[in-house]
Amino acid sequence: MSLLEITDLTVGFDTEDGTVHAVKGVSFGVERGEILALCGESGCGKSVTAMAVPRLLPSATTRLSGSIKLDGRELTVLPEAEMRRIRGKEVAVVFQEPMTSLNPSFTVGYQITEVLRRHERLSARAARARAVELLELVGIPAPHRRVGEYPHQLSGGMCQRVMIAIAVACSPQLLIADEPTTALDVTIQAGVLDVFRDLRDRLGTAIILITHDLGVVADIADRAVVMYAGRAVEQAPVEELFARPRHPYSLGLMRALPAAAVVGPDGRRRLTEIPGMVPSPLSDPQECAFHPRCPSAQADCTASRPPLERHGDAHLAACFHPGGHP
Amino acid sequence: MAEKTHPPEPIVRWNSGRADRRRRLWRRFRRRPMPMIGLTLVVAFLVLAVFGPLVSGDPSAQDYLATLMPPSIDHPLGTDDLGRDAFARVASGARTSLQAGVLSTLLAMAVGIPIGLAAGFYRRWLDSIVMRLVDVTLAFPFLVFAVGLAAILGPSLRGVVLALSFAQLPAVIRITRGEVLAIREMDYVSAAIADGATDGHILFRYILPNSAGPLIVQATVAIPTAIIGEATLSFLGLGVQPPTPSWGVMLSDAQQYLDQAPWLAIWPGLLIALATLGFNLLGDGLRDVLDPRSGP
Amino acid sequence: MTSPVAEPILRVGELVKHYGAGRGNVVHAVDGVSLSIGPGEVLGLVGESGSGKSTVGKCILRLTEPTSGTVSLVGRDITHLSRRALRPLRRDVHIVFQDPYSSLNPRFTIGQIVAEPLRRHRIARGGEAARQVTAMLERVGLGAETLSRFPHELSGGQRQRVSLARALILEPKLVVADEPVSALDVSVQASVLNLITDLQRDMGFSCLFITHDLSVVEFLADRIAVMYLGRIVETGPTAEIFAAPRHPYTQALLSAAPVPDPVKQRRRRRVVLSGEVPSPLDPPPGCRFHTRCPVAVDRCRTEVPELRDLRLGDHPVACHLVTTDHVPDATATATAGE
Repeated sequence: MSLLEITDLTVGFDTEDGTVHAVKGVSFGVERGEILALCGESGCGKSVTAMAVPRLLPSATTRLSGSIKLDGRELTVLPEAEMRRIRGKEVAVVFQEPMTSLNPSFTVGYQITEVLRRHERLSARAARARAVELLELVGIPAPHRRVGEYPHQLSGGMCQRVMIAIAVACSPQLLIADEPTTALDVTIQAGVLDVFRDLRDRLGTAIILITHDLGVVADIADRAVVMYAGRAVEQAPVEELFARPRHPYSLGLMRALPAAAVVGPDGRRRLTEIPGMVPSPLSDPQECAFHPRCPSAQADCTASRPPLERHGDAHLAACFHPGGHP
Repeated sequence: MAEKTHPPEPIVRWNSGRADRRRRLWRRFRRRPMPMIGLTLVVAFLVLAVFGPLVSGDPSAQDYLATLMPPSIDHPLGTDDLGRDAFARVASGARTSLQAGVLSTLLAMAVGIPIGLAAGFYRRWLDSIVMRLVDVTLAFPFLVFAVGLAAILGPSLRGVVLALSFAQLPAVIRITRGEVLAIREMDYVSAAIADGATDGHILFRYILPNSAGPLIVQATVAIPTAIIGEATLSFLGLGVQPPTPSWGVMLSDAQQYLDQAPWLAIWPGLLIALATLGFNLLGDGLRDVLDPRSGP
Repeated sequence: MTSPVAEPILRVGELVKHYGAGRGNVVHAVDGVSLSIGPGEVLGLVGESGSGKSTVGKCILRLTEPTSGTVSLVGRDITHLSRRALRPLRRDVHIVFQDPYSSLNPRFTIGQIVAEPLRRHRIARGGEAARQVTAMLERVGLGAETLSRFPHELSGGQRQRVSLARALILEPKLVVADEPVSALDVSVQASVLNLITDLQRDMGFSCLFITHDLSVVEFLADRIAVMYLGRIVETGPTAEIFAAPRHPYTQALLSAAPVPDPVKQRRRRRVVLSGEVPSPLDPPPGCRFHTRCPVAVDRCRTEVPELRDLRLGDHPVACHLVTTDHVPDATATATAGE
């Protein structure tokens, strides 16, 4: 059994203009000790999908259907009190902005021990010792000193490590990291990604990494789910995805990167653009949502919506023409 | 994208002239019910202030045979303790009260906004001096400050207007300056400077329009405050002198007859409340209409 | 791309910018930066946060006053010109900012925004301005219907196109682009980058392209200058720097940026720099990188390395360890990722 099993998840938000469907029928699983990248561009629904797991979406305006099972337990119907015990203890979240995610009025040590004392009922002394251990685990030098410092005394990279330390304080089975390195410099990012890798190797934590950066996906993920316009359009082990992308959108993203520039007929280096724009989240076309931008779209792409189908081992893609992308 | 053909005659215009802009703003304004109610109220008060006294007769004419009369056909709003017609006094008082409220606020804006703009934009010593003064004056409550000024300026409508506008000045300067400090950091201001825009252009075309929202809100809050301020000053004998009526004077006069003639307090009180509501609704509407981000 | 004899469009000499940070503290944002850009050349100024790269851009446009040093445009020193005297010269330099949401005046229509430089420099008005604005918008891929729109009605990519149109409408000699595509999604970024390269080649302006993203400069810059803590540590032709970086910091930076290919990425040797970027309030003595440098020696801690090229060519480095026959290798101490 997978650690996390998401089936046919649909999330809508009530707005003045009607219900916006941010996620439409997404299904995937996360294995124990696996690093899964949830990737796609802004508005594709990757963050909403992941935040539905710990139920961190605004409950008043959210319309959610489908199933989210953690270790066999259905989270979507759990009472809020039980959910609170799961959050932080079994599922933990790391956000993008480390500087605003920490409370500036309390020391780093206090913020780590707070979680420990809430969920594990440790004594103050034991919690403090554990906090030092955790800071060491996430690669913070001189943890004994850092434990007594305030967030403003730390750099962005250090704050993000502290956030990870807080997240893994209760040894959660699942860690959700929402663009955890996007606000960091590239030399700092490398170190933070190493922390994630290390956590997985040493503690067996499963990690859902939400990112728009294919470089990060290539660096750290075992498997990736590519999302477009609220749907999962492709999932595959990372090597397989990069070697043989089956969905034209995944391929388009890879080709649009500056690193993939090609020399055009006029001798100029050019990037391969994805023409057109993302469809409005208010629309829900009964056809392939990508076909207006797709170089290999054919008549059947507008006739019905391609389902997510298996193309080889563990490789799924939602495309009628998964082989023939020019 | 590439094969777009050049239009033969570029007839699309973007700044579409002042008349067009006015028409567009008016259309945006008209679609909203609340600002329209506010506008109606404010216009009604202006009509009352301008034309009311012409039809209502002399607000100072006393009739000792008809004191403290309830509303009747002869006196639609009743009479006061000296037998003066309450409608005539309300209508005539509208002039005083609106002048005190609107003129003092406009004056405070006219003086305070340029000072706030300059202090926030040029900073340095100018900012230090202005803000010290503002902080000192803000330490006094609004009315205490106004009372002190009115005492110096002497009892008259002009004195009231000047005192009230002076008392509002620190708040206007502070709000303006705060907006300038925030907006001058925006990239579009840097881009304008990099283009070689003059300071005046940046201040009046970039910074001022983008700080209009908070300033309009400030004005709509300040007008009712000043109307009540005028009442207080007049009550203390520092404002308009009897027998000239104002809503504030009427309200304070009516206090002693509350049990015999409650309508005397109700009319001016109601008008002050409605004027407050009217200016607030109008202000909110103006703020939204002037902001292109608030929809069609 | 450039011949060494051509008069540079931009020359920055020993530029220093120190900010007061209260209580007698001084931020050493830029500390002695020299660079030049030839006609039609694109120089990529690369650095991480706090390197001072954006401050260099702001000093060039005199959006902030340099503490010392010179900025020359087409041979004319503009460092000490009054704002009034500078105004006509501003025709020749324009800037594009990173944030597509704060770089356009929300109260102006797109037409007004793009026409501003025309009006400012009294180039055109009325129908003639409308014609030029429409033509410029078309060049950046926006139709005439955009003219009467307001910025909030456009997407991030469209807004950056408007910023480009505004910056280019006077056909400037130099464009300073400060992270112009960093806030955009990959697919939008690709089309804006293509647009910038097309416009640059067609119109021939020189460009200072400021970014933290190495893959972007590799794509469009002719030359690169790498900044660390207010100083340039290495500069040279793009291909050369990417093929054989000489400064340990450049080596670390290049090795830290993940490549979008899992097979290659997981075999790469990466330098994970220890520690943090020191505070620009109190930059370390000697070489500013020595606190994190895996190959630093004693000399690096005391003596400031000069930017110089001991090997012949156009590839100077500020590192004591680079000699005529030796280039340090920071990756030698590194481990392969996985």
